Amino acid sequence: MDQQKHNIGFHLRLDPSDFEPAAISEKESLVAMRESVSFWKEGMTRFRRNKIAMISLIMIIIFMLGAFVIPSFYPYSYEQMDKESSNLMPMQYSQAEHERMANGESVFPHIMGTDQLGRDTMIRLLMGSRISLLVGIIASGIILVIGSIYGSIAGYFGGYVDMLMMRLVDIIYTVPDILIIILLQVTLKNPLEKLSYSSPAFSWINKVGVSLICIFVVFSLLYWVGMARIVRGQVLALKQQEYVIAARALGASGSRIIRKHLLTNCIGTLTITTTLQIPSSIFTESFLSFLGIGVAAPMPSLGSMASDALSGIWSYPHRLVSAAVMISLIILSFNLLGDGLRDAFDPKLKQE
Amino acid sequence: MIKYILKRLLAAFITLFLISAITFALMKLVPGGPFLSEKAPSASVTAALEAKYGLDKPPLEQYITYMKGVLKGDFGPSIKKRGRTVSDIIWAGFPVSAKIGGIAICLAVVVGIPLGSIAAFRRGKWQDSIILVASTFGISIPSFITASLLLVSFGITYKLTFGLSSAAHYIMPVISLAFLPTAYIARLIRGSMLDVMGQDYMRTARAKGLSATVVLFKHALRNSILPVITYLGPALAYTLTGSFVVERIFTIPGLGNEFVSSIINRDYPMIMGTTLFLSTLIIMMNVLVDIIYKIVDPRIKFE
Repeated sequence: MDQQKHNIGFHLRLDPSDFEPAAISEKESLVAMRESVSFWKEGMTRFRRNKIAMISLIMIIIFMLGAFVIPSFYPYSYEQMDKESSNLMPMQYSQAEHERMANGESVFPHIMGTDQLGRDTMIRLLMGSRISLLVGIIASGIILVIGSIYGSIAGYFGGYVDMLMMRLVDIIYTVPDILIIILLQVTLKNPLEKLSYSSPAFSWINKVGVSLICIFVVFSLLYWVGMARIVRGQVLALKQQEYVIAARALGASGSRIIRKHLLTNCIGTLTITTTLQIPSSIFTESFLSFLGIGVAAPMPSLGSMASDALSGIWSYPHRLVSAAVMISLIILSFNLLGDGLRDAFDPKLKQE
Repeated sequence: MIKYILKRLLAAFITLFLISAITFALMKLVPGGPFLSEKAPSASVTAALEAKYGLDKPPLEQYITYMKGVLKGDFGPSIKKRGRTVSDIIWAGFPVSAKIGGIAICLAVVVGIPLGSIAAFRRGKWQDSIILVASTFGISIPSFITASLLLVSFGITYKLTFGLSSAAHYIMPVISLAFLPTAYIARLIRGSMLDVMGQDYMRTARAKGLSATVVLFKHALRNSILPVITYLGPALAYTLTGSFVVERIFTIPGLGNEFVSSIINRDYPMIMGTTLFLSTLIIMMNVLVDIIYKIVDPRIKFE
């Protein structure tokens, strides 16, 4: 026996007790000190501790309620004109409304007064913020979809595909955006209008509003490039990881790897970038409407309301101020929310 | 280095060519021409006018003729402003816009960089909180709001509502143009400086006995200024060529104003001219930024 052992060259001593199931106390000693926390859970805990971010989230929820819920049971509509009660100050009643009140009727007050056409300013503010929120959220959604698909394809396949795809991104990136947006906005309007009258299949265009669709199209044509660049960078780093090689070895297709492994792993970056895209879309929309090439009348937009208010600015400063405060607050809340999300989910800032 | 610059210039040229083609095609897509107005001229007059400006030829031919002119530096005549060429109008508007824009960007740099640095150095202290909150407000308020609120609050009392007849008239347009870049630069500097301050070489610099001032200016600022340069290139181009909105509110006869009114008037040569001019400026600024990058940070290698 001894001879044989030396021939093998090492001592193989097996102890049957090594193969017995571990005792509970032994198992417990191996468990890590801290309970394992998922990426989302950890981020959310950090996010909830951030007071400013929580306040901004609450603000956004309030804006959403105001923009999407309140108008449905508000007594005035945004396009309803009342010649008798034009240019009212906040909480002021017109002659006719005073008479109606004297008759025992209850008249809902014009909280923010009315404009020169007798339209209630409060409901127009609410509808205007609805437009702003819609533009911000939908445009960012489209940008998220196009940008992440494009960026992940370029990053995953690499080589010539990547080079060609990113050259296109570079070109769009250097195009002066506001300039092209204004041009596209003006030129897209008529073809879209024609399209909406040409067949009933496209009549939904009129319901949504041609100018609003223009804005979505224009934003999604131009602004996806930033998202694509960020996603590509992330994918380039992620695709070197072992689990991607393992997935490929197991025979997973490219689209499955992108969907299941790469995109799910950049979800933090995607969330942050999309959240910060929302205020910049709102910003651009209000800018266009201010110049008179954004959302078309009678649909109110905070930008066009501010622009209208400029003409009566000395007598009715509250109109400008209310639109200005509204738009700034909406943009501010989204910016703060984005900052908060970044602080909570950006792995680079974790060590603090 | 020279090879790289040449490569970038070639890419810029291709981009400009694409922009000109896209702009031209877009304008042709729009129904309604420059001669449609309330007092519409008779059909024969319209035809004669179209022949005069070459608008009766097929679009491709128009485009080729136009581009030939552009290569020679001729942007053609303006259709709405009779007797003036597009180049004239651009060179009349650009200096006005550039003056206001230049002052505004200088102001933004001079105010924004110190604010950002203070915030980074006093991280978590009250100075940081104040600057952070103020700069977040700054990037959240559109320039048209700043401009109109300034107009309401100070314009009437100091009688500075329009034009640029005196130095005082520059104050409000410049402030409303500088507001957003200042806030943005402060945030950029704060972020990148916090990054830089965590680096090992900062500790080494302090450890080998350099004073805080030297460390700040020589090490921290120089290394954290890169993102600002990236931002400044396009921002400078945009502000130099005039913010469309600010020029409109303060009725300043700048280039931004001309661009917006040319689109509304369908003044084709004007639209093409201003778009090409602005695009060239912005793209050149981007190339310039990349070169300055290299000078500020020699570690960056050109591909």
